[in-house]
Amino acid sequence: MAADHSHSMLAHDAEGNASPEEHTHPDWKTYRWVALILTLLTGLEVYIYYLPSFVKTKMFVPTLLVLSAIKFAIVVLFYMHLKYDAKLFRALFGGPLTLAAFTIVGLLFLFGHLAIHF
Amino acid sequence: MATAALETHDTHGAHPPTSTGLNSTKVAIWTFIGSECFFFASLISTYLIYRGRSVVGPFPHEAWTDPATGHVFKAILNIPVTSVSTFVLLMSSLAMVLAHSAVVRGDRKSSKIWLASTAILGATFLGFQAYEFTSFVHEGLTIHTNLFGSSFFILTGFHGAHVTAGVIWLLTLLFIDMKRGLEPRDAINVDVCALYWHFVDVVWIAIFTLVYLIK
Repeated sequence: MAADHSHSMLAHDAEGNASPEEHTHPDWKTYRWVALILTLLTGLEVYIYYLPSFVKTKMFVPTLLVLSAIKFAIVVLFYMHLKYDAKLFRALFGGPLTLAAFTIVGLLFLFGHLAIHF
Repeated sequence: MATAALETHDTHGAHPPTSTGLNSTKVAIWTFIGSECFFFASLISTYLIYRGRSVVGPFPHEAWTDPATGHVFKAILNIPVTSVSTFVLLMSSLAMVLAHSAVVRGDRKSSKIWLASTAILGATFLGFQAYEFTSFVHEGLTIHTNLFGSSFFILTGFHGAHVTAGVIWLLTLLFIDMKRGLEPRDAINVDVCALYWHFVDVVWIAIFTLVYLIK
């Protein structure tokens, strides 16, 4: 998935971005692929939901979580162009996101939804 | 880096220099989005903690018979309808990036089309949510019914409020575009709106899996 650098330089100037590390945006071809992949992954999630034999297995929840995480990452990296953006923006989003994820997992442990068996 | 930033600004003169060398508006929106991660994490964790702890139905994925009346409540979630609304929101994100790209290029006709498309798709998603909420109430699930109802309506309701704010923001940009036209120098304003819109989209990606699909 290539980035359109001529377009991105225009974006750089137009947006008043000063740092050389804050500049590139993906091109139309990349956006089209991203939309297609997101649609296919959503279709796959719904398809899995309607597979009774798979729903009963231990793989059902982890599979849905992984597919959801992939969709989440694709939107953040390409549509929110964090893949091409400044490190500070990654930190401003990634830091709170990581803490928020740990908070959710911690609360689920505290309230007995997750358990470690020794 | 700061010296390089100053040099860049001296060359272009588009934006006053900042100590980070980054656009302050973008730093602000990313900080806001970071804080929103905590906000939605609290709502999602509340939903997950109360999941499966409702004493009375209706329930999200299984039917329930009221022992007092004998009335049978079917599983409340409508996955086909929500799948379509999820697709609509994902496509709105595509329209949003195309709107931003059009503004950057100075393509006024395309920017109007894609901004309007994004707003319409966002409004369509809200229409699906209004339909879903109404049908749930008719089927006997309100915010007071049980723990599922309370946590579900709070979580998806706050997400819907964010989508509503996004649609208003998009319509404001569209109004400006129609009034005087969005120039490439306005791209930062569209970019900030786009970041907010995509964040609303990624929150829905999480909600769709955690609330609707995981039984």
